[in-house]
Amino acid sequence: MNFDLTTEQKMIRREVRKFAESEIASVALELDENEEFSAELTRKMGEIGLFGMFVAEDYEGQALDYISYIIAVEEIARVDGSQAATIAAANSLGIGPIYYFGTEAQKKKYLPMLCSGEGLWGFGLTEPTAGSDAGGSTTTAVKDGNEWVINGSKIFITNAACELTMGVTVQAVTGRRENGKPECTCFLVESGTPGFKAQPMHKKMMWRASNTAELYFDDMRVPEENILGNVGDGFHQMLQTLDGGRLSIGAMGLGGAQGAYELALKYAKKREQFGQPISKFQAVGFKLADCAVEIECARNLLYKACWLRNEKRSFEKEAAMAKLYCSELMGRVANHAVQIHGGYGLMKEYNVERFYRDQKLLDIGEGTSEVQRIVISRYIGC
Amino acid sequence: MEILVCVKRVPDTSENEIEVGSDGQDIDRDDLVYSVNEWDNYAVEEAIQIVDKVGGKVTVVTVGDDESEEVLRREMAMGANEGILLSDDAFESSDGKGIAAILKAAVEKGSYDLIMTGAQADAGAGQVGGMLAAMLDQPYASLVNSIEVIDDKKLKVGREIEGGNQEMNEIQMPCVLSIQTGINEPRYVGIRGIRKVASVDIPVLGASDLGIDSGSVGNAGASVKVQDYFVPVFGDGAEMLEGSTEEIIDKLIELLKAQGGLK
Repeated sequence: MNFDLTTEQKMIRREVRKFAESEIASVALELDENEEFSAELTRKMGEIGLFGMFVAEDYEGQALDYISYIIAVEEIARVDGSQAATIAAANSLGIGPIYYFGTEAQKKKYLPMLCSGEGLWGFGLTEPTAGSDAGGSTTTAVKDGNEWVINGSKIFITNAACELTMGVTVQAVTGRRENGKPECTCFLVESGTPGFKAQPMHKKMMWRASNTAELYFDDMRVPEENILGNVGDGFHQMLQTLDGGRLSIGAMGLGGAQGAYELALKYAKKREQFGQPISKFQAVGFKLADCAVEIECARNLLYKACWLRNEKRSFEKEAAMAKLYCSELMGRVANHAVQIHGGYGLMKEYNVERFYRDQKLLDIGEGTSEVQRIVISRYIGC
Repeated sequence: MEILVCVKRVPDTSENEIEVGSDGQDIDRDDLVYSVNEWDNYAVEEAIQIVDKVGGKVTVVTVGDDESEEVLRREMAMGANEGILLSDDAFESSDGKGIAAILKAAVEKGSYDLIMTGAQADAGAGQVGGMLAAMLDQPYASLVNSIEVIDDKKLKVGREIEGGNQEMNEIQMPCVLSIQTGINEPRYVGIRGIRKVASVDIPVLGASDLGIDSGSVGNAGASVKVQDYFVPVFGDGAEMLEGSTEEIIDKLIELLKAQGGLK
């Protein structure tokens, strides 16, 4: 067994951390407070290569292995959940499906812009009445000559309604299978297509500096060549995309836990009560020790899942485990971090407050914790 | 233009709390995070910008152990073309003159129009650039905060002088410049740059490769040796204000008012 990261992976961790601490830490509080998506910051993240990380150089990607990608997301999440959300969603959900399932023409058309960070692409799956029950989708696409007519709506779609958004992948029901289940197909829809409206969602509890959208399709027409892959591939594409997405959500949980833990440790060593640093009290020191143990476990689990994926071996069970564990871990760590900060932990200025809020999405997005437990329980034979 | 930039791996003050070690001979180096010396990073950025404008090559060089290779690789990911690691057990604990002598030997193995160092590094002595220039018998400008290439023989360099004033000089190449922070805005290292250099072999040169007598450098050749490291005791009349920034500001205003400094 070899637990050493490669020179490349170590350098990526250091340099992404440096970037996050210099460029993101200084604005995270303000962007969160103003619920503001920053195109400027997104472009800067693009300049250092945070988009298209696992995409081949032919399409202007960075051609990294999956562990490197996950390390980069982890390092951004260590400083700010919102920016990590922009990155994780752009790579796993925006770029991923086009890269893995798109035609050569679609890849050449969209990927270079998306890999530069100049453009963002959403992944329209969740609907107002179809969350965990993705089979209950009601957005439909009907063939009319050489075009498809799409009707319906999507909700909670990251990166889908900001000034950098170039379009979205939308999953629609295109028929019924013999077993009565819906046949789903994914379509690439460019921003500005008549009948397509994308509206930013506001008043969020978390990820307030990331862009979240509601999408409306009203007799919207797209040509046949906008189908992603083949008619009927949609369900399979969605599952495969979410398997990869789980690793990046895991990275957000791990990075967020690491960030909250470091803030708490630093504070506990400085803050004095009853004549000594509070880290010397077991009530505080043991909390931090538990955090350190769990973060170590989480990192090993997540990296193993990424390693399996790199090796092209089955990684779905481990991805679900990592997503579940890392997400819930960040909840426990952020909770301890706020508690250790006492009254200051409730104030925005001390940052742990933001980690505490940002974590909650991780239990819900890209497959709730409950769905992960269903997936895992099936893998272990329940 | 062939440019050599001398860099050093130093403890990263933004990532560590620096404390004096128990033996009083050095800082406590357990679990420290290291990075490239900030001044040197400005020098490398400046070198890259010059080469982008007039063509040529940037080489980064450091004196250090195996781990120092990482700062060379980092600066190469940023845009330097080549790296050279000068490493030998005999180089350990060199004083400033020793380091300059080792660098001089490396400089003489190449052909450089311009040599840059950071104005200072972690030890704060700021002596290597000047000594290296003297040993090479080349002109030297310190604390340089602007560089303009006039032609392939001359540079116009700005220096920050006393009282925030500025001095402009013309200097003949080959020459040595020590670079001040703020001369530019160093770029971030991107993933593409990292991928380009992650598996590049960086040559290592030891004392014999450089034709250096082991006794003239390192601990053996050092004529300046650290005697003691300590944090000064607070003298009378000094008061450290503690608390959050707001609390400190409030206390300071109170004190200034009480002493008649603020009305």
